[in-house]
Amino acid sequence: MTIRDKILYLEKLTVSFDGFRALDELTLYVEPGELLCIIGPNGAGKTTMMDVITGKTRPDSGTAWFGRDLDLLKMSEPEIAQAGIGRKFQKPTVFEQLTVFENLELSLAGSKKFVRTLLARINPTQQAKINQVLEVIGLADQRHSPGRILSHGQKQWLEIGMLLMQEPELLLVDEPVAGMTPHETERTAALLQSLAGEHSVVVVEHDMEFVRSIARRVTVLHEGRVIAEGDMDHVQNHPRVKEVYLGE
Amino acid sequence: MELRRQPWILAGDDRRSAAFLGTLLLVAILVPILNGAVPPTSSIHLSTYALTLVGKYMCYAMLALAVDLIWGYCGILSLGHAAFFTLGGYAMGMYLMRQIGPRGVYGDPVLPDFMVFLNWHSLPWFWYGFNHFVVAVVMMVLAPGLLALVFGWLTFRSRVTGVYFSIITQALSYALMLAFFRNDMGFGGNNGFTDFKEILGFDLHSDSTRVGLLLVTAIALAASYMACRAIVNSRAGRVMRAIRDAESRTRFLGYSVESFKLWVFVFSAVIAGVAEALYVPQVGIINPSEFAPINSIEVVIWVAVGGRGTLYGAAIGAVLVNYAKTYLTGAFPEVWLYALGSLFVLVTLFLPRGIAGLLARREKK
Repeated sequence: MTIRDKILYLEKLTVSFDGFRALDELTLYVEPGELLCIIGPNGAGKTTMMDVITGKTRPDSGTAWFGRDLDLLKMSEPEIAQAGIGRKFQKPTVFEQLTVFENLELSLAGSKKFVRTLLARINPTQQAKINQVLEVIGLADQRHSPGRILSHGQKQWLEIGMLLMQEPELLLVDEPVAGMTPHETERTAALLQSLAGEHSVVVVEHDMEFVRSIARRVTVLHEGRVIAEGDMDHVQNHPRVKEVYLGE
Repeated sequence: MELRRQPWILAGDDRRSAAFLGTLLLVAILVPILNGAVPPTSSIHLSTYALTLVGKYMCYAMLALAVDLIWGYCGILSLGHAAFFTLGGYAMGMYLMRQIGPRGVYGDPVLPDFMVFLNWHSLPWFWYGFNHFVVAVVMMVLAPGLLALVFGWLTFRSRVTGVYFSIITQALSYALMLAFFRNDMGFGGNNGFTDFKEILGFDLHSDSTRVGLLLVTAIALAASYMACRAIVNSRAGRVMRAIRDAESRTRFLGYSVESFKLWVFVFSAVIAGVAEALYVPQVGIINPSEFAPINSIEVVIWVAVGGRGTLYGAAIGAVLVNYAKTYLTGAFPEVWLYALGSLFVLVTLFLPRGIAGLLARREKK
C-alpha cells in the first residue's frame, strides 16, 4: 500500500459518560475520496464518534486530526464546519420555515459573520451553485416550497444538498435511508456514490442491504472499538462480527 | 431564476409594511392637525392628553418591535427588557434634570433637588456631561447597548437558552430595580426624576413641544421598523429564523450562533432604550418601578397578541393592548391584570399567530 495522507486521523479516542465508555481507544482513518460505511449495534459509539469529529463532544483522551494540520480537538463546532467537515444528522433537520432555496442559500460556503450576512447578496456564481445542487438532489421543482412540506426522503436529500453547498472535503452521513421507501433508498445510494471521489464520505447505517449496495470499505464498531474492517463479505464472515452484530 | 432584485422594503411582507408605514404617516399628520388646527369646540378636536397618549403608544410600539426582533425572529425570549429600556429612559431623565437648573425647589444651579436634599455638595462623576443633549443621546444608546453586550456575551457564550435565559433576564432587571431604589446610587432613589421643565430649550408643557415629540417619536418608530425589516429580510434574518427553529443545526452550518444572538440582542436593547428615552419627556417621570418585571412581561404579551415574527403585528399588538389598558384601568381598574392574563392565555390557545396571523388568513381567502 502506498503511503499517502489520509483525510481523517482518529487515534485512541476515549469518551466516558458516567463511567460508561462510549468510545474505548477508538482508532480509525479515512482515505481521501473514499466512501466508508460504519456499522455497529446500538451503543457501539457511532454517534459519539461523529460528535467528537464535529466538536460537539470532547474526548477524555486521544487525538483527532483533520488532514495533517488541523487538530479537531482544539476547534469549535463552527470552525470545524468551516474547515470542511459537513454532517448530516440522523433525523433530517432542515429549516422548516425557510424555503428549499433559502435552506441552500444559508448553507453557501463563505463568510458566516453577522455583518457580512446582513449585507450578503447572492451572486451569479452562487446562484449557479444552488441551481446545480438543486439538480443533483432532485428538488429543482420544489425550490420555493417551505422545508416543512417536503416528504421525509426529500428532507434527507435537501440536507445532503445543504452539506454540498459548503463544499466539504469530508461528509459525515448519519443513517441516510432510515424510513425511506425502496425507491428513495435507491436514489440515495446513487447520490452518495456520485459524491464519493470528489468528497470523502463516511456513512453510518443500520440497513445492511444498503451498506452492501454502496460500500467498498466497511468498519464495524462495537462497544467503542473497531472489531473488523474490510469489504462487506469479509466483514460479514468475521466471527467476532457474527457474534456481536448479527447475533449468531 | 430570480436574483432577489426587489428593493428590500418591498420584499416579503411588502404590502403590510407599506400599510403600516402609511398608517403611521397618516397618524403623524392627522393627530397634530386635529389637536392644533381644529378648534377645541369642534367634535373632532383631539385633546393634548390624547395627543400625548398617541406618542406613548408609538413608544410602546417601538418596544414591541425590539422584543419581536429577538423573540419572534431569533427565538430569544427576554423577560427583562425593562433593564434596557429603563436605562435609556434614565439617560434622558438625567439630561432633563440638568435642564431644570436653578428652577428647582432648592434653587441650586447645578445639583438636582434630590442631591441637595441628600446633602450632597457636588455632582457625582457619572452625571458629568449630561447637561449636553448630545451626551444624553449617546448614553441612551450606549447604556442599554453595553449592558446588553456584556450580559448577552456572558449568557449566550455559556449557551444559556430558553426558560433559563428568560429567568436570568428577569433577575437582571429586578436587580437593577433594587439598585436604583437606593438613594446613594445617585439616581434619585424611589422617586426617580420628575418635574422636568424643558428639552433643548422648548417648554415641555407647551402643546407645540408635545407635537414635536410626537413627530420625533413617529420618525424613530418608522426608522426602527425599517431597520428591523431590513435585518429580517437579509440573509442574516434568515439565519436568525434558522437559529430560532434549529439552533444546533445552524451552528453546524458554520454560523456562530452566539454572535448572531449577541448583535441582534444589542440592537434590540438599543431600540428599546431609545423608545423609553422618547417616552420619558412625554410622560414627565422616570423611576425605578419602570424596571419592574411586569413591564417586561407586558411587552411580551403585546407581541404575542399582535403576532410574533411579523414586526407590524407587534406594533399593532402594542397599540391595541395599551388602548385596552388605558380604557380598562380608567373604567374598571381592578380587572386590568386579570384581563391581561386571560388575554395572554386566550391568544396562546386560540390565536398562536396573533392578530397578524388573523389578517394573513383573511387575505388568503
